[in-house]
Amino acid sequence: MKKCNLLLLSILVIVTSCKKPVAERVEVIKIDGIQSLIKEDVHEIHVINFWATWCKPCVKELPQFVTLAANHPEINISLVSLDFVENLDSKVLPFLDKKEIDLRVLLMDEVDYNLWIDLVDPSWSGAIPATLIIEPKTGRRIFLEKEFENDELEKEIEKFKQNII
Amino acid sequence: MMVKLFTTLLLSVLLFSNNSGNSGYAVGDKAMDFNLKNIDGNYISMVSDKDTKGYIVIFTCNTCPYSVAYEDRIIDLHKRYAPKGYPVIAINPNDPTVKPGDSFEEMQVRAKEKSFNFPYVFDATQEITLAYGATNTPHVYVVEKVKADYLVRYIGAIDNNTKDASLATKKYVEDAVNNLLAGSSVETTATKAIGCTIKWSAASKEKRANN
Repeated sequence: MKKCNLLLLSILVIVTSCKKPVAERVEVIKIDGIQSLIKEDVHEIHVINFWATWCKPCVKELPQFVTLAANHPEINISLVSLDFVENLDSKVLPFLDKKEIDLRVLLMDEVDYNLWIDLVDPSWSGAIPATLIIEPKTGRRIFLEKEFENDELEKEIEKFKQNII
Repeated sequence: MMVKLFTTLLLSVLLFSNNSGNSGYAVGDKAMDFNLKNIDGNYISMVSDKDTKGYIVIFTCNTCPYSVAYEDRIIDLHKRYAPKGYPVIAINPNDPTVKPGDSFEEMQVRAKEKSFNFPYVFDATQEITLAYGATNTPHVYVVEKVKADYLVRYIGAIDNNTKDASLATKKYVEDAVNNLLAGSSVETTATKAIGCTIKWSAASKEKRANN
């Protein structure tokens, strides 16, 4: 009996350690969360992408962020989902699993957009996909409200690094 | 907080004015009339109803989650303000070859499902959408009839909660129309219209790029 319990316990430990709890996988944030996200300064460059599972062009360009992460350890990538928070378990998490996206994902749970989109960038109309690229050391930043075709994200990063925007 | 909110709104206003040179209307501009096919097969123009004081023109569609979240609120707007002289006209701006769920037939289906009480017309050429400068769905233009003209009095979002009407603390469109009905000037004239991007045809994309 004891053995059996031990076995069960170890299975439980393995299962729980493999599958991250929901709260860790996607961080649900409010306005203060966006503000501190923008101020993060641990990496040379911080790329913040705004997307949603229902936004086709967003979904289409996501692999570019995965590739960027694989090729550039100096770049911090944050994917901020604008899905409704009610859809976190039913849509966002299954989507991330299915697409095997293991980048950092946050979910912005603030539906009064006029209060916060200007904090991201005053030029933002609120449409997605949209991407903010920041160099925390200098505060230099560029905001791109558009979809990246092919390897356009990588090119934008190169341009940003060379400061030719 | 209030100052911040005001700054945000002011900023939005400025942004809209900045953009107005090349992308549609700014508050105060004359809005063009249209002649677009309604879901019942009839063509709708603003001028065809002589009794109105203006219109709540809403660019919206079947497929965008934000548009869907606002459907009941659009029905309520029409119910409340059509009798007072400000009916809703909803315009689907999306190219159905890009977004098949926004075809004319699908509009008829959705309107029936939700018992839309307002005209739901289709901007098949996207000319009206381009002229107004709508970018997202839903995107509202409140226009006031002044003599023979339709003047833009408010551009932006319906309210400040994209998800839940009961939690909205700013009802931009209602406030704007109430201001107009009271004969005063609109207090908040522009906000950012949060929503899905409009699905442009290749031809419209080109026109937008050349603007």
